Amino acid sequence: MEKNVVLTMRGISMTFPGVKALDNVDFTLRKGEIHALMGENGAGKSTLIKCLTGINAFESGEIHVDGISGPVVNHSTLDAQKKGISTVYQEVNLCPNLSVAENLFIGREPKTRIGTIDWKTMTKKSQKIMKDLSIDIDVTQNLENYSLAIQQMIAIARAVDMESKVLILDEPTSSLDDNEVEKLFVLMRRLRAQGVGIIFVTHFLEQVYAVCDRITVLRNGQLVGEYPIEELPRVKLVAAMMGKDFDDLAAIKTEDKTDYSKAPLYIEAKGLSHKGTIKPFDFEIHKGEVVGLTGLLGSGRTELARVLYGADKTQSGTMKVNGKEVKINAPIEAMNLGMGLLPDDRKAEGIIQDLSVRENIILALQAKRGVFKLLPMSKQIEIADKYIELLQIKTASRETLIKQLSGGNQQKVILGRWLATDPEFLILDEPTRGIDVGTKTEIQKLVLKLAKEGKSIIFISSEIEEMLRTCSRMAVLRDGQKVGEITEDLTQQHVMAEIAGGGSK
Amino acid sequence: MSKLKKLTGRTLFLPIFCMLLVMCANIIYDAACGNFALNFFTISIQNGVLYGRLIDILNRGSEIAILAVGMTLVVSASAGTDISVGSVMSLAASFCCMLLAGFGVSSTNELQMPLIVGLLAGVLMGCLCGTFNGFLVAYLDIQPMVATLILYSAARAIGLLLCNNLIVYIRNDSYAVLGKFIGPVPTPILVAAACVIIALIVLKKTALGLYIQSVGINKRASRIAGLNSRKIILMCYIVCGLCAGIAGLVNSSRITSADSNNIGLSYELDAILAVALGGNSLGGGKFNLIGSIIGAYTIQAITTTLLAVGVSTDVAPVYKAIIVIIIVAVQAPAVKDYFSRQSAKRAAAKARG
Repeated sequence: MEKNVVLTMRGISMTFPGVKALDNVDFTLRKGEIHALMGENGAGKSTLIKCLTGINAFESGEIHVDGISGPVVNHSTLDAQKKGISTVYQEVNLCPNLSVAENLFIGREPKTRIGTIDWKTMTKKSQKIMKDLSIDIDVTQNLENYSLAIQQMIAIARAVDMESKVLILDEPTSSLDDNEVEKLFVLMRRLRAQGVGIIFVTHFLEQVYAVCDRITVLRNGQLVGEYPIEELPRVKLVAAMMGKDFDDLAAIKTEDKTDYSKAPLYIEAKGLSHKGTIKPFDFEIHKGEVVGLTGLLGSGRTELARVLYGADKTQSGTMKVNGKEVKINAPIEAMNLGMGLLPDDRKAEGIIQDLSVRENIILALQAKRGVFKLLPMSKQIEIADKYIELLQIKTASRETLIKQLSGGNQQKVILGRWLATDPEFLILDEPTRGIDVGTKTEIQKLVLKLAKEGKSIIFISSEIEEMLRTCSRMAVLRDGQKVGEITEDLTQQHVMAEIAGGGSK
Repeated sequence: MSKLKKLTGRTLFLPIFCMLLVMCANIIYDAACGNFALNFFTISIQNGVLYGRLIDILNRGSEIAILAVGMTLVVSASAGTDISVGSVMSLAASFCCMLLAGFGVSSTNELQMPLIVGLLAGVLMGCLCGTFNGFLVAYLDIQPMVATLILYSAARAIGLLLCNNLIVYIRNDSYAVLGKFIGPVPTPILVAAACVIIALIVLKKTALGLYIQSVGINKRASRIAGLNSRKIILMCYIVCGLCAGIAGLVNSSRITSADSNNIGLSYELDAILAVALGGNSLGGGKFNLIGSIIGAYTIQAITTTLLAVGVSTDVAPVYKAIIVIIIVAVQAPAVKDYFSRQSAKRAAAKARG
């Protein structure tokens, strides 16, 4: 093995039913390097990583790890961990009903002399780990009491603490806000200095250029190439990922200065609230308008949307839809008024894992029609095929279980589910999270197209640029409260300043 | 090879395979004893009614099959089991008999009210119990096992109270109809068939199957997609209670009495087992009703076979347990994986020459 190299994968191939997921892929990771693994949805990034960590069994190829003679084949993540390979996955894979400390030490709890778990040491060590990462939380609390972002940080802390030679971060930043991302980067750089090899999978191009030393690009299960970061500027990276020249997220927003205040109101809400998540707020949206909800993670942007949709019941205030006063007690009532919600937590609230792509797409429409009006199979197939085609969902067939799809494609299925109900008002909470650059643009275009057809849309995203491209107005949230709206001067600096608050310019 | 794989990959392969296994055991036993080898399959008409081991299995297995319908839905929607069905069977029968005989009467020839009213009341009692269970599980978020434990222990006792601590005998031919014959066919078979067919039609013609599975797989996501998860779970428990009520009446009609202490005893275990044997995950989600029904009759086939072989009723559960362990182990993912890996190894060895 070459000096300085901590991990080599050679000629890795693997097939899923009907899809060649990896085709003869090579990958090399050196000591003290942050190595980005890039590619579109379904390019094989996650599969490659799962082959490395023993979740998927690869069919051919070899893996070598520094310090271990002979090829390495892992049969489980535990196996991989023992060999110094730790992973933090896209979706948090910890136990929500255990304490933070327990999660950090699960499977390797410190023991007392008589063999019981040494809770004191565990708590103390956990506190130290958290403090080192400057995360200020109570480690004895259950994990579920903390936001998705904190949970993600804990997952990373856990992986880091296991003295890994190779640390894999699979989309670790997709649920973190800018501050948290920066914290993570500090941590990654510190680990790099210690000689850890880090594999970084992300869809955020800026982040790649902020921390990475080297990039490996995959496309359709094949290796495109490995490049030092200096030799692959952004435009070329996108081109390599897509397999064609592509002007980096061309300005898709037309200079449309429509004054929506003249358009008829779709929703007029006054003083809605949900105890503990969002303080009373007023909200209006006109027909054909795209309104962004912006703020830091946990600022209440998701919660505001959930109250409008009835996912969380409002405890005060009034709401008018199409000029008529309504009270929404459950999502189905909101749906019957023409609403739809694409939730931000895809795994917990979006996909129905063991059902097929077809069933997942027609679910909301069927729920709207009621139990006795079963959509005929021919119609179900027609609808499913329509949205698989329209959203370019990469799936072996319409009967493939949704859990077998890659994250981005799952997201598209859920989007298809809502489009199938022909909604008048759509709430899209992080619709582009975990989705590749090309599809991101497609989704943004779709949002603008829907708006042109007179539909109202709430767009929530952690990426301000993306919202600037699509929204005509933005509501700003801070600490569970709607603090204002930006209607003019929609620029990144202005929005950031509003989010930060305190009148800073 | 690939054909075999396709066959074994089918959802219904295992339940049918288990059924066939039991049948083979019968053939081998009969042959070994010097009986006619196909004794098991022989159906004859004696005294104007169908007779044979197969008919006996279909007849005796009716209650388990009816229970399996409800249990399958409960398991799918709530990832839990309703362990009260046996007791609810007993309560439904007691309630029905008490109404027909009058309170405190231990034996009657005259019915106190029309038979149909008594039967409906019994079934309704089953639904009521199901509603109670469903409410606890769906609206109070109590774990199914714990929630149904209440009626598991209480329902039988309530039935005994209703019957004033007596075994109520209904000595009227009309009450025996559910347990006897219509023409040459045992009535329980017809009742079970009706229950299964109605359930299959409802699942085929409405979106209920999709709703139940969706809720069973991901309750929160189903709610966001517009399903009333709680209502659907409640409904599954009501159907399960309904099935228990019907099964209780059939069982009571066989003995033309309400024997609170014995009707439906341990039936909940057979019903749960039927669902598991049918290849359904007890973790909820996807379900296969046909599989459960085949599972139900497989259990009865095992019981009947053991009795036919001459194992005494008291020790039969031991042999039953052994057979069940084998059948369940064959279906376990770990075992399946092991065998598929072995065959892959063999194939690889063959390829190497």
